[in-house]
This record gives sequence, C-alpha cells and structure tokens, in this order.
Amino acid sequence: MPKQINVALIGNPNTGKTSVFNALTGLNQKVGNYPGITVEKKEGVCKLPRGVKAHIIDLPGTYSLNASSLDESVVIELLLNKNDKDYPDVAVVITDVENLKRNLLIYTQIKDLEIPTILVINMSDRMAYKGISLDIEKLEAHLDTKIALISTRKKQGVDNLKDLISNYQNLSIEPCLSTQDIDIDYFKGLKKAFPNQSLYKLWLVITQDVNFGKISRNTIKDTSSFKTKKDSDLKRLQQKETIKRYQFINNVLKEGQTIDLKTAKDLRIKLDRILTHKVWGYLIFGIILLTIFQAIYDWSSVPMDFIDNAFASLSDWTKNTLPAGAFTNLLAEGIISGLGGIVIFIPQIAFLFLFIAVLEESGYMSRVVFLMDRIMRRFGLSGKSVVPLISGTACAIPAIMATRNIESWKERLITILVTPFTTCSARLPVYLIIISLVIPEGRFFGLSYQALTLMLLYLIGFGAAVGSAWILNKILKIKSRKFFVVEMPNYKLPLFKNVALTVLEKTKSFIFGAGKIILAISIVLWFLASYGPGTEFNNAEEIVTEQYASNNLSQIELEQKNSLS
Amino acid sequence: MTLAELKRGQNAIITDVSSKKIPLKLLEMGCLPGNSVELVQVAPFSDPMYLNINGTHLAIRKETAIHILIETNDA
Repeated sequence: MPKQINVALIGNPNTGKTSVFNALTGLNQKVGNYPGITVEKKEGVCKLPRGVKAHIIDLPGTYSLNASSLDESVVIELLLNKNDKDYPDVAVVITDVENLKRNLLIYTQIKDLEIPTILVINMSDRMAYKGISLDIEKLEAHLDTKIALISTRKKQGVDNLKDLISNYQNLSIEPCLSTQDIDIDYFKGLKKAFPNQSLYKLWLVITQDVNFGKISRNTIKDTSSFKTKKDSDLKRLQQKETIKRYQFINNVLKEGQTIDLKTAKDLRIKLDRILTHKVWGYLIFGIILLTIFQAIYDWSSVPMDFIDNAFASLSDWTKNTLPAGAFTNLLAEGIISGLGGIVIFIPQIAFLFLFIAVLEESGYMSRVVFLMDRIMRRFGLSGKSVVPLISGTACAIPAIMATRNIESWKERLITILVTPFTTCSARLPVYLIIISLVIPEGRFFGLSYQALTLMLLYLIGFGAAVGSAWILNKILKIKSRKFFVVEMPNYKLPLFKNVALTVLEKTKSFIFGAGKIILAISIVLWFLASYGPGTEFNNAEEIVTEQYASNNLSQIELEQKNSLS
Repeated sequence: MTLAELKRGQNAIITDVSSKKIPLKLLEMGCLPGNSVELVQVAPFSDPMYLNINGTHLAIRKETAIHILIETNDA
C-alpha cells in the first residue's frame, strides 16, 4: 500500500466540488498553475483514518471528458497519462443531487477508463426541499461503486467519504458501458489493431484534441489494419455514445431515484423572473456594481487610513529608536514604507474578491453573463467577458485567468487583451495623487470634482477596453468556433468557508506575487531618493533664494521671480 | 419549427439536433432528441435564450437555437 493515496476530484461545474475539496483539506491546500497554461491547479492534503494521507487534487470543473476548453483538457491529459505523478489511485466524482442525471454522465466516462471511482452525491440537504428520495443500495449496485451521500453545508457525510477513500482498493474497476456497442464494426477494428489498450481510452485519444504525451495520434492513424474515420463521422459516433450513456443513466435512475414534484419547491423561477428581467435585471446589476465600487473606494478607506498611519508611525519609531545611519534609513524609508505600500491594498483587494466570490457562489454571476451577452457581442466579446472586466478592477492577473471558460478562442483572446485597460487597484493611488494635484476642490451638484474625475478615469478605462475590443474584433482574422453555452445554476446561499478561503487565497497571492515587486521597487526608489540629486533638488528654492539674496536683489523682485518659476 | 421560435413560458419536445452545427457539449448537457425544453426567459432581442432542457437550466444564443428542431405539445 502506498504511503500516500492520490485522489482526483472530478465533477461538473456548480456541483459543490470546491466545497468538498475545502471540507477534505481545510487550510492544507495550495493553489498553483499547470505548467504553460493559465489554469489553476488546486492541491491539498487530507488525513485519513489509520494514519494514511491522501494527496487531493481538485480538477477543473468539466461536463464530460470531451474537452471544449483548456481546463477540461487538463482533466483528460491527467486521466490518460498513467506516468503523471498526480495520476489518481482513486477518482472521486462529485454530483449535485438536483442534477444527478446530467452529473452522472462524466461518472460513466471516468468509470469506463477503469479507474477506481467513488460517487459523491452532494447537497443532500436539498433532497427534502426538492422532493427527491434515493435508494442508495440500488444505485450502488447499478453503478457498481460506493456512494457517499454528503452535505458540505450541514457538514454531513465527509467522514464516510474519507473512509471510502482509504478503502479504495475494494472498488470495482469494471466499466459501466461497453464501448464496443457504440459502433461494433469500427471498434472491432480498433481492438484488433491495439489489443492491449482499453477501448474507451483509445476512443478518447482519437477524438480529443489534447496533448497525450507518449501515445500520439499518428500511431493510430498509421496502422493499416484499421481504417480511420472522418471528423463528421466521429462526431456522429460521439453523439451516439452520449445517447447510450444517457439511456444507461435513465435506467439506473428509474430504479434508484424518485422525485415527488408535488412537494418540490422552486425559488429559482421567482428570483429569475426579477433578476433576469429586461429592465429590473439590468437595474439590479447596476446597483450591485455601484455597491461594489462604494465598498472599494469608500468603506475600505477606514482600514486603509489605519494601515497608512500604523506604518507611518512604525517608520518614525524605527528612525527615532535605532541609531541614525544608512541602514536605519533603508529600514524606515525603504523597507517599512515599501511593506506599507503593499499592505495598504489588502482591504480593497479583499473587498473586491469578497464580492466576486459571493456573486459566483450564489449563482448570480451566470445571470450577469446572460444579461450582458448580447451587448458585449457587439464589441467582439462574450457575456462571459463581463466577469474578467469586473475583477480586473482589483487585479488584472486573476481577471485574465478567469477568461478560461470562454469557449470561443477569439472572444477569449480579445478579452485577455483588453482586460488590462480596466483600472486596477494598484493604479488607484497614482490617480488619487494626480487628481489632488491637478483638480481643484469644489462641488458640482453635491458631487466633488475630484470624485467625478476619478469616476471619469474609470469610465475612460472601461471605454478603452471596449473600444479596443471592437477594433480587435475587426482586425483579428481568427476563425474559431462561435459557440456559447452557460449553465444557469440554482441560487444558493454562499458557504462562509468557501468565500473566506477564496478571499484569503486571492489576497495572499496578491501580497506574495505583486508584493515582491512593489517592495523591490520601493527599495530602489529609496536608494534614488537618498543618493540621487537628493537634498539640493529638494531645497532648490531656498538655495536659489540665498543666491539671489547674496546678489542684493530686492524682496519684491525676488517674489516676482519666484512666482514666475 | 426551430427552438429559436419558441415563446417565453412555452414547452416543447426536441425532435432533431443538427450534429454538425451543435457542439457536443450542448448534447452532453441534455440537448438530445426526445428531451423536453422550456423557454424560461429571454434577454432583450430574445437573445440569448434561457432554457430548461430536461431539468438542466442553461442559456444559449439564438444562432445555436436555430439548429435545434422542436415540436410544441399543443401542435
């Protein structure tokens, strides 16, 4: 038995996969990147009974193993590469009890790869509300696996899941469907050509356009005993496969699931009638945006002023306490004020990610995508570009990473290219200084000129983003599949743990990512300020005045000269 | 008729899906012949369309919806 079990969490988006990951790993998680691509890689460690440790990897949410975006390819690449160090000993497929039918599709695919697979049915607390009852024993028998019925919201069933993971060796690895049934002649030929390979794996290698490492697609094409098919025929077979899988799932659910529609309630319809309404929908979205900006630029000023003062007094204290010298100066004016320059952004960034996390967790973000798609399409963007453009006001880096679920490559590229035009929070201090220097104080209908100017700068940024998107859309001649589909998940009360972990993780990555550069630059600036032109430059006026005074110029002439300069 | 002609609140059954034009992902989300479909909500200019296909709620653009053939229950 290996000391550490590799576990892969797989599932559709919006099934609470991240909640399960958080419930298993808590704070023992780290977020990185898959090499070469901007897809987040989340890993964590979970302690299982009897001192066994599980290395858990939270794979990007995917509807099936037929990849249509980069993060979905990540899932297939891992599952088809037995030599990958993260190749799972056991796969945990997460499903949502309300969407069991659709969520089981990927389960049947993973099972057919002959990987030991545990099925998690999440959000079990919603069963009574939706009038759903499940016969777990029958489901386990038909799906040939072990099922963990859990509710991350109510913290139920997680221990059971840990038990199942630690006993993964007892799981069956029999496939659910016989791949050969899709097209008997075709797959018989394939089997003859590659007798040692799993048929479903071969089928994936043929149909998927991803990097498979050692098994290359060419070896399959070159075999003379086996005739390859045209792409359109392959797609027809994929459709047939999907229908077959759904037939299997329907039969299983007929036995194991009953839904009493009379007791089922649906809050979604009532909410959507307002939130996606032609008028109210946009109005509510506008109010939410205003609230976010209000929070970032008004409410966060309280903790920011506090941080500013704290670092200023710390810097003074250092200067007064330590013996004077170059090192004390470096510490007080370079390092401490540099750190202050990083820490001061934390309230704004945390606020912004708090709002974005709540909007995404609650399911509202999909409604924004729905509302904005038509408008954004005029500029060559997609409704899904709205999310990056909003989060770009905090920081462009996570915003660009958030573009990865845009299916059309052209829309995605344009979104990536224009997102940096939105005013990110690191630009804010610069804007504030320039505004206070250039724009006079005063009010226009109760709004200060300075606040209006700031607002204008934001609008210019957004206008530049949308305008250049429009131009890029005209210039770029990329032929890409035009295709847009977005799931409208159920509304959910955001889980505190998920929101808190997102805010914590994003803020941390800002501090350690951007912070390093800010600190280094502020030390360079300190050096330039201390050893550059320095005092003579700062006291230029006094020096000039002295020179003039020594030349016996009158006071009046002096003032005239000063006002000219 | 095609899915693009469905009215808000109307129900129908999917009869045919042009597999050349429709991405596999949509099929996998339940957009298959025989399944029921309801138009839940439309954005301005009835694009995109917010659908309930066999219990799955999703939004697609009109340009995709014209490749999905349906039959309304009352017709």
